[in-house]
Amino acid sequence: MDTERRNLRIFGWGVADGLVLLFALVPVLWIVSLSLKTPEQVTDGRVLPATWSLDNYDAVFSQDIFTAALRNSFGIAAIATVIAVVIASMAAYAIARLNFPGKVLILGSALMIAMFPPISIVGPLYNMWRNLGLYDTWPGLIIPYLSFALPLAIYTLTTFFREIPWELEQAAQIDGATPFQAFTKVIVPLAAPGVATTSILVFIFCWNDFLFASALTSTSAAQTVPAALAQFPGASQFSAPYGSIAAAAVIVTIPIIILVLFFQRRIVAGLTAGAVKG
Amino acid sequence: MEAATAGRTTTETPAAPKKHRLSDRARAERRLGWLLCLPAVIVMVAVTAYPILYSIYLSLLRADLRFPDEREFIGLTNYVTVLTSSLWWSDFGRTMIILVFSVAIELVLGMLIALVMHRAIFGRGLVRTVTLIPYGIVTVVAAYAWLLAWSQPNGGFIPHMFGWDFDPVDQAHPITSFVVVILAEVWKTTPFMALLLLAGLALVPDELHEAAKVDGASAWQRFWKITVPLMKPAILVALLFRTMDAFRIFDSAYIIGQNGTNPKIETVSILGYNQLLTRLNLGLGSAVSVLIFICVILIALIFIKGLGTNRPGEA
Repeated sequence: MDTERRNLRIFGWGVADGLVLLFALVPVLWIVSLSLKTPEQVTDGRVLPATWSLDNYDAVFSQDIFTAALRNSFGIAAIATVIAVVIASMAAYAIARLNFPGKVLILGSALMIAMFPPISIVGPLYNMWRNLGLYDTWPGLIIPYLSFALPLAIYTLTTFFREIPWELEQAAQIDGATPFQAFTKVIVPLAAPGVATTSILVFIFCWNDFLFASALTSTSAAQTVPAALAQFPGASQFSAPYGSIAAAAVIVTIPIIILVLFFQRRIVAGLTAGAVKG
Repeated sequence: MEAATAGRTTTETPAAPKKHRLSDRARAERRLGWLLCLPAVIVMVAVTAYPILYSIYLSLLRADLRFPDEREFIGLTNYVTVLTSSLWWSDFGRTMIILVFSVAIELVLGMLIALVMHRAIFGRGLVRTVTLIPYGIVTVVAAYAWLLAWSQPNGGFIPHMFGWDFDPVDQAHPITSFVVVILAEVWKTTPFMALLLLAGLALVPDELHEAAKVDGASAWQRFWKITVPLMKPAILVALLFRTMDAFRIFDSAYIIGQNGTNPKIETVSILGYNQLLTRLNLGLGSAVSVLIFICVILIALIFIKGLGTNRPGEA
């Protein structure tokens, strides 16, 4: 009787686990399946490809629009992430450790900006960038990404920095370490996980953007993958581009899936840090 | 000065100079604090505060890039034009439909997933990892996955499975178009909701559940009488973030509406985008974007009122 109830419970939770996995994975599997169909079969409506082929991947990599977009996406997201995390670390250190008036104001305005609808500044930026020659350039996208990544980075880093036992720095100095040693040998290793988590979140944020990328770029000079996807040409003038879109979609998804699988715990901690304890 | 303080610290320090030294230090600390925050503040102000002010200024002009010579100050005329047009209100209604349905479904689904992640006897780690996948996927990619699964002429498996001979995501079928946008939005953002709720669940002490169990409360009663009231702040924060985000919905509605050409699922952000970047009417487009900004502020104020003292940003 008791084992029967236990088995029932295990079965129930198994079904629940299975449903959650199904919910999360079906759309991903569908786009993978689509990318593996031959260009003629893309519109056949079958769940799985009748014949498997890598033609779509070939097509995608032979198109400059995609390879350039991939390069732009990586470069722009990486540069924006590095700059945002450096600037935000300085601010977060100050907010977490130092006592100065204006702290609450800075956190408050960061929150305001995080809530900001990006569409509200797209128009002015479009106009300003065209006058300043920043339209369709890397800096033209990096700058707006910074302003939206900074609030996110400041919030997450502040939460992490507040949990660092800073007394250890003094303890190390008492034990004979120079201030520099105390910082690099004690504080940096303690702060590194928070900084890494924040970098991942900021990178995903920049990688994901579509609105700025499609409004502020127009050519392969700076167009990122999400913006390029929406303008993908088909394999020929008369075929729909969806096989190529699916292949490109799978390719841009892979780096993020790897990040997510490796840093699952950190990402969860980072996502909830700003919102719950902040 | 340096030598004097150094000399004093070795002997018994009298109270007064110590106080003086502290305030010196406090002043240096202040300066350092401001200095460290300065770059972040400059970037945030330059790239958001200035453009929003510029946007407000543009919204008061007749500013059409196609007719640059006709630029002139026209006061609130653009706002009157927007607020009296049926397009703004129908797009506002569509945005609200997407917002209400997707946030409500996300709350329920997110809570269920959070409970699975919190309570499941096995497979918790796997579930946690896999539910993060939708969060990591580029919104545009997710939107394409849903569009292509539903689009009949493009060979989606869903119309094929049900044998539909119409296209559920074209203009003639607004209800199914909404369903697809809402599904895409729910799929993409439920993981975020679930994680915020999971963090809230972790704050509910197990002893309370045990005690209620001993008193004979059912799982259902325990959920409503213990878990939900204790999680209220976490639920409100999650709802606040998601509601503001959902009101700004652009990517998925734009892609599923085939690059913003399906007027039946046009949201306010798409309206602003089309005015600004397709019709190049900076004046009207800016008025739309300022109105969106005001709506988001109103949503935030309503929630912060509901949150009371648990305002995000307060330690």
